[in-house]
Amino acid sequence: MISFILKRLLVAIPTLLALIVISFLMMHAAPGGPFTQEKQLPAAVLANLNAKYGLDQPIWVQMGRYVWGIVAHFDFGPSFVYKDRTVNEIIAQGFPVTLSYGSIAFVLAVSVGLALGILAAVFQNSWLDYFAVGLSIGAQVLPNFVLAPILVLIFTLWLGWLPGGGWEGGDWKHQVMPVIAMATAYMASIARIVRSSMLEVLTLNHIRTARAKGLPTHQVILRHALKPALIPVLSYLGPTFVSMITGSVVIDMFFSTAGIGKFFVDAALNRDYALMMGVTLLVGVLTIVFNLLVDVLYAWIDPKIRL
Amino acid sequence: MKKHLLLSTVVILAALPALADKNPRTGEELAANQAYTYRMLDSVKSLDPQLISSVEDSDVARGLFEGLFNEDGDGNLVPAGAVSFTVSDDKLTYTFKLRPESKWSDGTQVTAADYVYGWQRLVDPALASEYAYYLELAQVKNAADITAGKTPAADLGIKAIDPLTLQVTLDNPIPYFTKMLTNSATFPAPKAAIDKFGADWTKPANIVTNGAYLLTDFIDGEKYVEEKNPNYWDAANVIMSPITALVINDEDAALTRYQAGELDRTDVPAGQYPHLKEQFPAEAISTPYACAYDYIINLTEGKGNEALKDVRVRKALSYAVDRDVIVNNILQGGQTAAYSWTPPAINGYVLPDIDYSHWTQAERNEKAKALLAEAGYGPDHPLTLTLNYNTSDAHKKIAVAIQQMWKQTLGVELTPNNYEWKVHTDKLIAGDFEMARYAWCADYNEASTFLDLYASYSTNNDGKFSNADYDTLLKDAKGMADPSANYTAAEQILATEMPIIPIYHYAKVDMVKPDLKGLPQHDVMQFWYSKDLYRIKQ
Repeated sequence: MISFILKRLLVAIPTLLALIVISFLMMHAAPGGPFTQEKQLPAAVLANLNAKYGLDQPIWVQMGRYVWGIVAHFDFGPSFVYKDRTVNEIIAQGFPVTLSYGSIAFVLAVSVGLALGILAAVFQNSWLDYFAVGLSIGAQVLPNFVLAPILVLIFTLWLGWLPGGGWEGGDWKHQVMPVIAMATAYMASIARIVRSSMLEVLTLNHIRTARAKGLPTHQVILRHALKPALIPVLSYLGPTFVSMITGSVVIDMFFSTAGIGKFFVDAALNRDYALMMGVTLLVGVLTIVFNLLVDVLYAWIDPKIRL
Repeated sequence: MKKHLLLSTVVILAALPALADKNPRTGEELAANQAYTYRMLDSVKSLDPQLISSVEDSDVARGLFEGLFNEDGDGNLVPAGAVSFTVSDDKLTYTFKLRPESKWSDGTQVTAADYVYGWQRLVDPALASEYAYYLELAQVKNAADITAGKTPAADLGIKAIDPLTLQVTLDNPIPYFTKMLTNSATFPAPKAAIDKFGADWTKPANIVTNGAYLLTDFIDGEKYVEEKNPNYWDAANVIMSPITALVINDEDAALTRYQAGELDRTDVPAGQYPHLKEQFPAEAISTPYACAYDYIINLTEGKGNEALKDVRVRKALSYAVDRDVIVNNILQGGQTAAYSWTPPAINGYVLPDIDYSHWTQAERNEKAKALLAEAGYGPDHPLTLTLNYNTSDAHKKIAVAIQQMWKQTLGVELTPNNYEWKVHTDKLIAGDFEMARYAWCADYNEASTFLDLYASYSTNNDGKFSNADYDTLLKDAKGMADPSANYTAAEQILATEMPIIPIYHYAKVDMVKPDLKGLPQHDVMQFWYSKDLYRIKQ
């Protein structure tokens, strides 16, 4: 197990390097740059800006400096657009925000999704099943950019219970709507995956044996069916968790939560090279870590899987 | 007796706030709540006056800092950091007397040296400010050479004669020099703080300011809070505090929060003005804004569409645009149809008599058909064109409407091409377009900020329009005491040569709480100062 984890971590290094090189090249291949604007800058001003941010150097030099900055000083460089801030500062401020509402949304999506999925499978073709399936399909087709304004309309404008946006240091009232808007679609997906995998597991021999020896239904489900039914869900949960804690541009923009999700899109549109690289790397590292975690969990759930 | 005295003192003290509850300038009765919260489109990119390049940043900066002049609600200059100034006979040397009671928030005096430092920093290649060209535009001596690295920053045409006397030398006289001094790029800079903290000097803990407000809370991307600065020279007249800017990217979300009472002012989303005006007549407000929207025609040799090099074709296309449909049916926010490039509301600008602006649309269409036929295009030889625009709902609607107008009136086949913002701009700069959507907002309240753009020597003249008379008129204007006749003549050349198709002039369309006063009503720059705001008792 330990040697498996170490091996995976070693492979992560070239993976991240490849991520840097490919992102760097793609970013520079996109037309326009951070200082391309409608009010065109005079040549001298542009030259000064390029010199200040190192854009006057060949791309390999820029890339080398970038990697060295991270390795030697854990410095992701200055933002090209948000001039008063470094990429480290932007991520340090924005990531805790999305980490907070993203993890709560994850817990909500997983618990409700699991419950719905299991109930639907166990009581297949009953009203409970139809209700759960109906709910999850409804939730899935309701994208968060539609759900978010509806929530604000109801809870802010009509009922006046919750503030329409802002973060205020993560005050719970400011988290409720972002969490619901983020969790809903994921919850629906989880419920549907759990339902179908549970239905499959319930037809397996060992479940029939368990039932035959007279175990009560809840024990059959929890002790014998749940673990194997979770395997397909797990592979979905790794990347899902990463994409939830790195936020969503819709949530950050609509609820003004100032999270990292907004910078994802902003940085790309602004050609804010350093910020774009910073956020891409953050997502890259998190993806590698959580995929590894999922693999370790597999082995724990299913002893047939050897690491 | 003693007891009575005590009691009456208490009574008088309790009554004091009521006595002070009037606006000292207007005498209006004030509300108890003097907090102001407004929607800001995007996070602040910088609070360093010399690095500021966006409207949002300068809105915040005008509360925190102050330069030589401010603008009043009508766009006129009001002395701020300067109390008076004199100009030499050759109009090349300006001498400003600074306000002795003006202080930095660390208690030190704002001196001429702080202005010298600020201006030198602005053009210094090491700071690499995007607004470095501003002093070159203002004709300040050696500004361009310093930015290009040919001369040290110390050679800039600005010096401190004594702590309260500032002298600025220009390369060429320009009549609107003082009007350019309300821009945050020309604000003084606190050298001690910048030397001590470097790029971190604008962080809330480090920042030193000289304006009516202090930065008290700052969560980037979420909110910025300013509170009244008790050491400000005019603090007695500052009423509104605290000032809170909330970053809300989505304008519909902002409108909902305004309606829920979380905001005092927000922008009206496109197309929603008419029904909001009907529902909230006292709150939906549209005022002219110094920006113009046009389609540039590429006249670069060997680039663009050859048909467009014929002035008859350009005129036909411009005449056939029914601007009233665009402003009244698409934008619906009090924008005005444009037949000139410069917005008529610009200070001191006299609009020329542009012939086609008086015609009816039917007359314009007739004339357009005749011109296009004369140029050799018709049903058997149809004109096909492309138009670039950047991704936005409003741009798309306008492009589709114009596509229809040209098709119906002239039989022209227009293909609108939608590009992401940076790609659009990149193509503009590279001259890779036939026609392109363009917009420009004034840097200062004077017509040259618009007209200079289409001079053949302008870096922003992406269509490469070139007209010797036009250039001469604008060059001569720089040395004139009253250049307005030249501006009028230059605008007339644009209408005759039609290198651009002017479409509409902007309006700032806001929802504003009815008790909020002090926002500019007639300043096309839309410069508003938190220190001029107040809420009246209702």
